[in-house]
Amino acid sequence: MAGARFDVLLPLLFYFVAVYILGFYSMKYVSQASRREGKGFLTEYLVGDRKMGGFVLAMTLVATYLSAGSFIGGPGTAYSMGLSWVFLAMAQMPTGYFTLAVLGKKFAIVARKINAVTVSDFLKERYENKTLVLLVSVSVVFFFIAAMTAQFVGAARLLQGAVNVPYQVALTMFALTVIIYTIVGGFRAVVLTDTLQGVVMSISTLVLIIAAIAAGGGVKNIVDSLSALDPGLISPYGPDPTFTSMAWVTSFWILVGFAVVGLPQVATRAMGYKDCRSLNRAIIYGTAVSNFLLLAMHLLGAFGRVLVADISTGDLVVPAVVTKLFPNWLAGVVLAGPLAAVMSTVDSQLLVAVGAIINDIYAILFDLSGKKTARITFISSVAIGVITFAAAFNPPELMVWLNLYANAGLISTFLWPVILGLYWKRANTAGAFASIITGIGSYIFFNTYLPRPLGMHTIVVPLLISLAAFAIVAYLTPKPPARVIKKFWGI
Amino acid sequence: MKEKTTAEDVDFVEDPRYRQCNKEALMGLGLGLLNLLWWFAWGYGAGSQSVQNYSYILGFPLWFFMSCIVGAVLFTVLAAVMVKKYFQDMPLGPLDEKKQEGGR
Repeated sequence: MAGARFDVLLPLLFYFVAVYILGFYSMKYVSQASRREGKGFLTEYLVGDRKMGGFVLAMTLVATYLSAGSFIGGPGTAYSMGLSWVFLAMAQMPTGYFTLAVLGKKFAIVARKINAVTVSDFLKERYENKTLVLLVSVSVVFFFIAAMTAQFVGAARLLQGAVNVPYQVALTMFALTVIIYTIVGGFRAVVLTDTLQGVVMSISTLVLIIAAIAAGGGVKNIVDSLSALDPGLISPYGPDPTFTSMAWVTSFWILVGFAVVGLPQVATRAMGYKDCRSLNRAIIYGTAVSNFLLLAMHLLGAFGRVLVADISTGDLVVPAVVTKLFPNWLAGVVLAGPLAAVMSTVDSQLLVAVGAIINDIYAILFDLSGKKTARITFISSVAIGVITFAAAFNPPELMVWLNLYANAGLISTFLWPVILGLYWKRANTAGAFASIITGIGSYIFFNTYLPRPLGMHTIVVPLLISLAAFAIVAYLTPKPPARVIKKFWGI
Repeated sequence: MKEKTTAEDVDFVEDPRYRQCNKEALMGLGLGLLNLLWWFAWGYGAGSQSVQNYSYILGFPLWFFMSCIVGAVLFTVLAAVMVKKYFQDMPLGPLDEKKQEGGR
């Protein structure tokens, strides 16, 4: 700890304190709700009593979706791939409006009809199959623990590098903060801190990109220098046209643009907003903020090539640019951005995992009608928090492997059962099973043997296969029972 | 909705709000596809020539400026227009028996 840079650390500590305050403020609502029985408590803890306003909805959606990837990994790759990688990242342009418009009001209406507080809840009522819900929920818990571990590792490394404290200290400081405010405050704490984090990310990104362009002597200068280094850096095909090929780059629209609808931490947000006004405003703000953040952060990575010449790995480009351009105390303020991105992703994942354990796994295997709900929720939240925290100290092989499959696995699991369940009356249980099994199965197959089928990202063909499997199997098996249709489509 | 109804669900009345919901979902999908088209056409349309022949706007290569920067601004504006002009307010909670307040 002797060499710790307290001038960088201090603004970060202020930030952590603010996050704790929001957590404990939300605890008030949670402890009031803890007197409710069963689902009543979970409606507060998992969807904040469906009271989210437009600005909060926009910020939590953006902050949940933009993770360490958009603030560390993405700019890092843009450092070596130039504008081609910024171009690829902009495949996420629809993120702000697509999910909210497609799941839209229908998902919110249905969630209220069936009193759903998790996406698995929706699947449980729609497909009426315990095995399906258990399968889905267990995979949520495993994938999320792995994904959270990876995010913790990323954040701890960033903190370690910037503040110069040992990895274990950085990890403890960071992980405990996230775990504590999420557990005590539930969904309300998560979306409030997400809002704060969204604002911090936006300000820090704005400051960074302006400073970077100024330091590089203007856009024209930077682009000229990039072009002189390697003309590929300013072409959509990148320095290595076989890697960033047209088909592959374009197929990211499927993975990060459209199929995001299938991520449960994103879909949950479409259950928790208050009214149509919130939704409308969230679409506008969310699109504006996410487009700005994506563009600016990835441009920063690409421009970083000119600003900081010799860094060992691209992942360090953001901290390197920050320490080069800013005095230490301001560096702390700016670094809060990427840390906020990680926090706001992990807190939502933690909550979805807790929801899966309590609302979906526990409630199916045991009974959840009593007043114990609050206590059981608390205990299992702590358990998941501790497991994730412990795993981040020394990530086991399994975690690394699971994280590799996390997003694709979740998308293959949820996308079609949610979308078709919502919009297609003929969608039935057998079809949902078929789509999940063929989706994940074919993803693992292609990933192992043919990572770029038809030149596209691995996810595309498995998604088409699982859609076909869903439709074919659904038509070959009986229609869903009339009571389900009535419950979902009736008045 | 004027869908074909079979004998077993004659007594089934579909939630009147869904008609508008479906429309809005299709609009979101349409905007997404248009966005992809814009990004692709400018990106690969203007970016595929050799780098020496690029033209520039505000220092950025034309393909990048149009597909990513103008695209981001344009589709934020279009999303706002979609929401303001075509999305309709409706109650999200369960509908009461009095249907006059319903879907609109």
